[in-house]
Amino acid sequence: MSMGAGHAHPLYLDRASPIHRLPPEVKIVASVAYTVVVVITSRDAFWAFGCYALLILGVAALARIPPGWLASRALIEVPFVVFALLLPLVGGGERVTWLGLSLSVEGLLGAWNILIKGTLGVVSSLVLAATTPARDLIIGLDRLRCPAVIIQIATFMLRYTAVLVDEARRMRIARLSRGYNPRFLWQARALAAGVGSLFLRSYERGERVYLAMLSRGYTGRMPRLDTGGASAAQWASALTLPVAAALVAATALLQG
Amino acid sequence: MEHLALHISNGILNTPVWVGFMAVAAIALVICVQRGRRDLDDRLAPMAGLVAAFIFAVQMLNFPVLPGVSGHLLGGTLAALLVGPWLGAVCVSIVLIVQALVFADGGVTALGLNITNMALLGTAAGYLLIAALLRILPRTLTGLAVTSFVASVVSVVVAALGFVVQYALGGTTDVSLGGVAAAMVGVHLAIGVGEGLITAATVVTVARVRPDLVYALRRAPLAPAGQPGSITSVSAGGAA
Repeated sequence: MSMGAGHAHPLYLDRASPIHRLPPEVKIVASVAYTVVVVITSRDAFWAFGCYALLILGVAALARIPPGWLASRALIEVPFVVFALLLPLVGGGERVTWLGLSLSVEGLLGAWNILIKGTLGVVSSLVLAATTPARDLIIGLDRLRCPAVIIQIATFMLRYTAVLVDEARRMRIARLSRGYNPRFLWQARALAAGVGSLFLRSYERGERVYLAMLSRGYTGRMPRLDTGGASAAQWASALTLPVAAALVAATALLQG
Repeated sequence: MEHLALHISNGILNTPVWVGFMAVAAIALVICVQRGRRDLDDRLAPMAGLVAAFIFAVQMLNFPVLPGVSGHLLGGTLAALLVGPWLGAVCVSIVLIVQALVFADGGVTALGLNITNMALLGTAAGYLLIAALLRILPRTLTGLAVTSFVASVVSVVVAALGFVVQYALGGTTDVSLGGVAAAMVGVHLAIGVGEGLITAATVVTVARVRPDLVYALRRAPLAPAGQPGSITSVSAGGAA
């Protein structure tokens, strides 16, 4: 796990691409707007979803994200896929026969709806995550006028996640070097005590850091080191994705 | 598989329902932020960050519930115990927002639904139970452990029932409501037991070493261990 330096997260792909260089706030808006357009599209407009897929895969290619990386990370969806595959079997209403299976038409459409909207949403989030380090996401949310309390807690959350992971590794090494490696249910007490002391140790480190920040003039908001928000050109290029998707959706609506 | 989604995905519920709950969650979150800002002092600011980080980190460890189904901590009760209900709901919401953006766990359009269930309902149910149980049970570490455990189990099940209500309002599929309710409650009872154990273990350790950090004990501290009910006699025993 590499949550330490630069507060990257496990899904960040360090590349040099035009998408990586876009300011975070325009990427967040573009990604969310694209997902909203996908989700509100009627499930019978099959061709529209093909266009959406081409659009987001085009952005992924621009960001130099390998298709295999996207496919393996999209497996996060598996529980919903299982749920979706059950629908045609258990659904009611009109039925069709396919390969000897009697399937419900309503169930098939329901499964398609969940699969395609879920998958496109996951891919859209993955493109955002792969091109934006966690710290930049917080900066983006701040520039989008997210309340200061939320930004403050989210900033601490990212910093303390690294502290927690490091502290947990230290405690594990200490435990192993004393010849103790609890792995059975009846040894759960040791693990439970470990969780509690992990929390306390991390808090006390975090508290020291926080007091040090206060004494250096921290007032609840990190100083802005950047030169300000995104330019009009950057907004325009990032919003190409949701605007193109919205045009597809509008066409589908007029035809439907 | 290192990480499975259990947060509601895009497209599971219809548009009026997710838009409606997005509005509900946004309004409730504004109220929580305003009330929470009053609570946020020098002790709670780092604590709120750590609680969010802890929930975030522990959510990466999924524990098996049934074959093929794994669950993870929701965290509402832990947050309510350590930073109070308002900041607690804010902490859990932040975890959900960051997970939707950074891990693609839970759909962006389903954020309102997920925040309503896990951050608002889960934390509120947990906090109400904590407030009630701490009044009834003896003010000892055992009482606190029982409170944490029971409040966690109930809060997880309430969060699951939130989804059942949302599904009844606007499910995009025609799986029977009874089936959804039975599956959700069954799975989440098991998750709740795991969550209850983690929450109780964490809070009891914190209360033993740094009772000043437990928000739920601020007004009425626990009786010192070994001397039930006699807080004033500590001075006779010397330094702790």
